[in-house]
Amino acid sequence: MSKFRTPISKVRGFGSAKSGAVHWWHQKMTAIANLFLVLWFAFSIMSLGGADYATFIWWVRDPLVTVLLVLMIASLFYHFRLGLQVVIEDYVHNEGTKAVSLIALNLVTAGLALLGILSVLKVSFGG
Amino acid sequence: MAKFTLPKNSKVTKGKHVPAPEGASNVRRFNVYRYNPDSGENPRMDSYDLDMDKCGPMVLDALIKIKNEVDTTLTFRRSCREGVCGSCAMNINGTNTLACTLALDDVKGDVAIHPLPHMPIIKDLVPDMSNFYAQYESIEPWLKTTSPDPAGKERLQSHEDRTKIDGLYECILCACCSTSCPSYWWNSDRYLGPAALLQAYRWIADSRDEMAGERLDDLEDPFRLYRCHTIMNCTNVCPKGLNPAKAIAEIKKLMVERQI
Repeated sequence: MSKFRTPISKVRGFGSAKSGAVHWWHQKMTAIANLFLVLWFAFSIMSLGGADYATFIWWVRDPLVTVLLVLMIASLFYHFRLGLQVVIEDYVHNEGTKAVSLIALNLVTAGLALLGILSVLKVSFGG
Repeated sequence: MAKFTLPKNSKVTKGKHVPAPEGASNVRRFNVYRYNPDSGENPRMDSYDLDMDKCGPMVLDALIKIKNEVDTTLTFRRSCREGVCGSCAMNINGTNTLACTLALDDVKGDVAIHPLPHMPIIKDLVPDMSNFYAQYESIEPWLKTTSPDPAGKERLQSHEDRTKIDGLYECILCACCSTSCPSYWWNSDRYLGPAALLQAYRWIADSRDEMAGERLDDLEDPFRLYRCHTIMNCTNVCPKGLNPAKAIAEIKKLMVERQI
């Protein structure tokens, strides 16, 4: 920032990005979704305690369970991405590093979420 | 990348000590932040022992006593001495507040006085408020309308609508809230901070204002508004008992309300 710029010119900057509300709303919604989905997952796993491999596979193949597992993975990783994006924006002030971090965050979370979802589907549809 | 080292001038050294006058029996120690950026020296903490039998009841009284009787070089802002002007906002024993409305009886032990945190310092307890005031200016804190002014009379407001700006209009812009906010510390160049956002909401909530949509447009930004992470330091410290965190939450609710 130039030394001779007025304070109001610095504050007005390049104007409002006119975005952020959707990010905030999605973060809240996925938080609520995570609460229910993770609770369901934890109770399900506990009730399957001691079950053999076949029982577990049959549990995953229940269409309702498949859908809930896919939703949970999607919601968890989306929430993770939204949250970590805020942390990066908070603390990384170099524009280049910030851009690279955000791109890496998107690729890594998208990749991990797809890996999880495909794994569930593979078990669910597998012969 | 994130900076892990602090600037050289953030290391505060031990300064001078001024003992209480002879014969003082009720003595209290005041450790005060002293810094003159023009001197090239690091900031220091000077300590002054004051005779509390000859001192007024408020923290500001002690500062004025130091400046009048002990060390005239001490620099701080003050004006109204009754919590209306907001000039004497500073950090006292770790909490941002107004020196004029904080009673010495309500402070335990030695009194440590620092300027408002994370602000550029002009001298001692006087921070540079240019950015803070520019942020206030940027939210355009005045009534904006598209309808013509009613001829010869004021714009009317119901009693009920008037109560909606209670708890908002009382802000004195002392900056205690904004400078207590970690989000503001890290991103005050782009985040407007609780004080400016409370004022933004004061105009959005005013039934006479006709530009609420445009005001929301200007605020909808990942940094200007959404750096608020509901830390609530702002509400904890406000010396006027206002709730900037709630005002910000109301803005966030309106942002969603107009989308769904």
